[in-house]
Amino acid sequence: MDLNNVPILSIVTFLPLAGAIVLMMFSSENKGLIRLWANLVAAAGFLVSVPLFFAFDYENSAAMQFRETLSWIPSLGVRYSVGIDGISLLLVLLTTLLGAIAVLSSWESIQHRAKEYYVFMLMLQTGMLGVFVSLDFFMFYVFWEVMLVPMYFLIGVWGGPRKLYAAIKFFLYTLVGSVLLLLGILALYFQYPAIAAAAPEIAAQFGLERTFDILAFQEMGPFLNPDLQWWIFLAFFVGFAIKVPMFPFHTWLPDAHVEAPTAGSVILAGVLLKMGTYGFVRFSLPILPDATVEFVPFMIALAIIAIIYGALVAMMQKDMKSLVAYSSVSHMGFVMLGMFALNPNGLNGSLLQQINHGISTGALFLIVGIIYDRRHTREIAEFGGLSSIMPKYAVIFAIMTMSSIGLPLLNGFMGEFPILMGALQENIWWAVAGASGIVLGAAYMLWLYQRTMFGKIDNPKNEGLPDLNAREMATLIPLVILAFWIGIYPAPFFRALDGPVDRLVEIVREDYFEANPIEAELTPPAAVAAAGEAE
Amino acid sequence: MNFLDLLYLIPLFPLAGFAVNGLFGKRLGPGFVNAVGCGSALLAFVFSCLAVLQLVEQEEPFHTNTVFTWLDAGSALTADGLLAEFSINWAFYLDPLSAVMVLFVTGIGFLIHVYSIGYMAGEDGYYRFFAYLNLFMFSMLTLILGSNYLMMFIGWEGVGLCSYLLIGYYIARQSAGDAAKKAFVANRVGDWGLSIGVMLIFFTFGTLEFTGVRAALADGVESGAFVAGDAVFLAIGIALFIGACGKSAQIPLYVWLPDAMEGPTPVSALIHAATMVTAGVYMLARSNFLYQMSPEAMMVVAVVGAATALLAATIALVQNDIKKVLAYSTVSQLGYMVLAVGVGAFATGIFHVFTHALFKALLFLGAGSVIHAMHHEQDMRKMGGLKDKIPVTFWTMAIGTVAIAGIPPLAGFFSKDEILYLTLTGGHPVLYAVGLFVAGLTAFYMFRMLFMTFFGESRADPDVHPHESPRVMTVPLIILAVGSITAGWIGLPAWTPDFIAAENHFEHFLEPVFEFETAGGAAAESAAVEEDHTLEEVLLALLSVAVAGIGILTAFTMYYRASDRPRRLAERWKTAYALLANKYYVDEIYDTVWVNGVKAAGTGLWRVDARVVDGGVNGSARLTVESALGSRWWDRWIVDGAVRFIGGFVDTLSWPVRLIQTGHAQNYALLMVLGVLILIGYVLW
Repeated sequence: MDLNNVPILSIVTFLPLAGAIVLMMFSSENKGLIRLWANLVAAAGFLVSVPLFFAFDYENSAAMQFRETLSWIPSLGVRYSVGIDGISLLLVLLTTLLGAIAVLSSWESIQHRAKEYYVFMLMLQTGMLGVFVSLDFFMFYVFWEVMLVPMYFLIGVWGGPRKLYAAIKFFLYTLVGSVLLLLGILALYFQYPAIAAAAPEIAAQFGLERTFDILAFQEMGPFLNPDLQWWIFLAFFVGFAIKVPMFPFHTWLPDAHVEAPTAGSVILAGVLLKMGTYGFVRFSLPILPDATVEFVPFMIALAIIAIIYGALVAMMQKDMKSLVAYSSVSHMGFVMLGMFALNPNGLNGSLLQQINHGISTGALFLIVGIIYDRRHTREIAEFGGLSSIMPKYAVIFAIMTMSSIGLPLLNGFMGEFPILMGALQENIWWAVAGASGIVLGAAYMLWLYQRTMFGKIDNPKNEGLPDLNAREMATLIPLVILAFWIGIYPAPFFRALDGPVDRLVEIVREDYFEANPIEAELTPPAAVAAAGEAE
Repeated sequence: MNFLDLLYLIPLFPLAGFAVNGLFGKRLGPGFVNAVGCGSALLAFVFSCLAVLQLVEQEEPFHTNTVFTWLDAGSALTADGLLAEFSINWAFYLDPLSAVMVLFVTGIGFLIHVYSIGYMAGEDGYYRFFAYLNLFMFSMLTLILGSNYLMMFIGWEGVGLCSYLLIGYYIARQSAGDAAKKAFVANRVGDWGLSIGVMLIFFTFGTLEFTGVRAALADGVESGAFVAGDAVFLAIGIALFIGACGKSAQIPLYVWLPDAMEGPTPVSALIHAATMVTAGVYMLARSNFLYQMSPEAMMVVAVVGAATALLAATIALVQNDIKKVLAYSTVSQLGYMVLAVGVGAFATGIFHVFTHALFKALLFLGAGSVIHAMHHEQDMRKMGGLKDKIPVTFWTMAIGTVAIAGIPPLAGFFSKDEILYLTLTGGHPVLYAVGLFVAGLTAFYMFRMLFMTFFGESRADPDVHPHESPRVMTVPLIILAVGSITAGWIGLPAWTPDFIAAENHFEHFLEPVFEFETAGGAAAESAAVEEDHTLEEVLLALLSVAVAGIGILTAFTMYYRASDRPRRLAERWKTAYALLANKYYVDEIYDTVWVNGVKAAGTGLWRVDARVVDGGVNGSARLTVESALGSRWWDRWIVDGAVRFIGGFVDTLSWPVRLIQTGHAQNYALLMVLGVLILIGYVLW
């Protein structure tokens, strides 16, 4: 497929926004039409992104593809510049898919101010996609901030009882991070002439006096003075760590999740958290390699704390949603552990795991949302024995539970195992500590499952709850399929990640790939035997 | 057809069976479910037989069947600083070890599928049961046939999942849910160790293929890069063994297996006796070359095995639930197998895995038949006198009991005695003594079970009318009984006269798997083999038969007829009895230390989250609000105050001035005149 002459990324990014603008013109009385339109736009948003998966050149997965560049504010060196490599490819596809699913999941649960709701959902979609496709810091920051606003309203208007507290907490938390992020970006911007002077031949490639070009910084970042790198890393760290969220910046997450409407939680867990990890791999690692290496012990310590701490706190939650929210803290700890192992296994696992987390946790929030729609409560103690009356629900819940605890042949394992492999190559104790998270993960997820699904129906209010309807199945089945696909045949995903990962490792650890390759595998006895037989 | 290249089909049959039964079984009814469930297991068995037959005809009994590259997560630096590709194939490997495993797993698996038709008839979710059973077969076969540690790990986790699903099969029971979760979590602790071990293997050798690791190790030994006793082999050995402790129910992780009896009895027979629980032993035997590099790790394995055998056997002495007796007996027998591996008798360990699979599956299925006959009564105190009412069950179970008790020429004798013999000759007299003592205990508690269940007066409720099980259940029992009698004959000991068997066929068959030269160790070993030990071996065999005889005799005197001897004994040794009856309180201790400990940690950290972390966040919010209020105050009183103060000050100062600013012309005129007068006065002065 040739997409070179089509501004495909702009279409993918702005289609939801265009849909939202059209939606604004609808009469807010006509709720049926509004949600139909919103679903059509979101589904179309996913469909137009699918060709990316096939047209993407996996041989050059480290290179930015489908590029579009236009001058925007020439006096500041700001450009409209988009493109994706293997990392952002997967994130874009995850976003469009989860976006469509989240919109579909709101079909019945959102009746109040439906028009505004869907407008915000679609705007949010554009904001998130913009973050993943931007190759210009200025543009990136605009999208990064733009995305906050609809999320704030989604929580604040359509949220639960403590929605205002949660919304404000979310907003302020992230805003603090954003401010520091902006400081970091500006520091880089004003340093550019100095680094350009330090590396004139590379600067000549870009031929710019002042720029926000992310690729230029990736090439030239290593020429930054290490002290300055350290400070910029710290500024970026706060910005991204809040988003991930890393311990101890995670407390906005349970509140935001618990209060947000189901679709908000799905997007929040599935996509928004990934912006933090994406920020680290896209900016911190390649632009600030020296500082990255320096920060490794600190980052690993926080990651391991998050894995264990998140799991332990998740265990004792009484609300299903906050349990899943804390499990996110634990899972994102895995992502950070793999990332800062700074080797191919760790990074590959980490980048795949962030996709996996979007799938599994997204599905778990849908699952909780479905039961909330029926009973208007998420207290674990209110449930029990549901598997006897909701068998389909029980099966999908079981699959997603297993995916979340990293059972092989499901997606979670494909992330966790390489992450732990990567960690072990650096320091065996990182792996030993990290792997304890999978024991705890099994404990809290299976306990949740047992308390809600096993046993007899002992709460009369649960009698006669209907099983999944077709629409609910439609929201969950794609995620189930993906979970199995990644678990059974992850090669297409690793193929997209391998290139960018190798490049990152080369930047951060120059001589990594210069080690001698291991000797060709000795002929195993089996091969000898087969040869003998052939004769 | 070359069946060796169709190895991948063997697990695929039951997987297909799982998919079909899981998706359509409910609609298509039990007849269809039976055909698919049992049919797929039978196909797997047939293909296994064909593949193994081709394997033994080959010159070298090894075959790898690679299907596709499964996982490719980029390069990795190994411990030697070499660059390896972390690339894992979806591949199957058949060698004598996996051949033995695959034959008995599919064979016994098929029989248990058939048996389940009778046992599970009329149960809710019948299709679900068969689907899970098929899924289990798929996972178990992947575990056994996988050609690398990661494939094995998939199967390993898969069987854990199926075990979880089947223990929790009676979903409405709280205890079933608890037991299922306990099994999964205990196994997860083991998996934690296993996964670390697997990663360490990759980190050390740069590959996870069994053949590749073995070749790399052999090379390293030759070049001197690896020396027996290196710390890395101890670490790998211990890590893998933690995994084995989980799956094969060894101290300290054995606690899940007795609880796993919550599952339907065919599940207990298939998963929790014959096949899955031996996966740990299989994995240890598969890693024999790694263990041979670490005598310390071997020692740990041997000691834990012997200790587990003893601990579980003592608990089994006083259990009254027929399935609990068998469960603890399984733990104890697994201890023997682990002991065998620990003393380096890998082939013998696998031999015991094989014979045990037969007689323990038989015993569990027999127990199932008893329970079936007794309308789901499992308490042996409410049985008795069943001998004549369910004769087929009785006779087959009696054979199983004699087999496990170690009476020649039944199967259990040969494998167990070989383990004991090799433990002693391996230089572990203490472990030998423990093993021998446990043999006596085994004979005692097994015959106790037999007597309590089948002999004496009936103690059942009067409205229970025991009836023999249908043929679909008894035929598998008979087949397994025949196996329990004869299976030992393929591994006859060295002292057997040559006209019966010139060699131990079983061990000879497995030899290629376990030949590994660790440089130095091999020479001593072959020297030991040279000497003639026939007399000693026969004497030792007689000794263990005598010990078993004592056990049987004791059980006979106490339980053959109803007597109050057991009760009197229990009263006399109250503390000891309570200790055993309560399983040494291990569950209670684990609950207090681990379960409650983790829960308390969770609650505590949650509080930290709410008070400290969020306290900080809310505190800073509060601080912001307070400081805003402060600034308001500052604004009002200080900034504004200063402005107003200046205003007021000027105002205050200005009032005298203002007094004269009256705006009346005559006042100004008056002042002006006054001023002029003062001025004149001054000048004239």
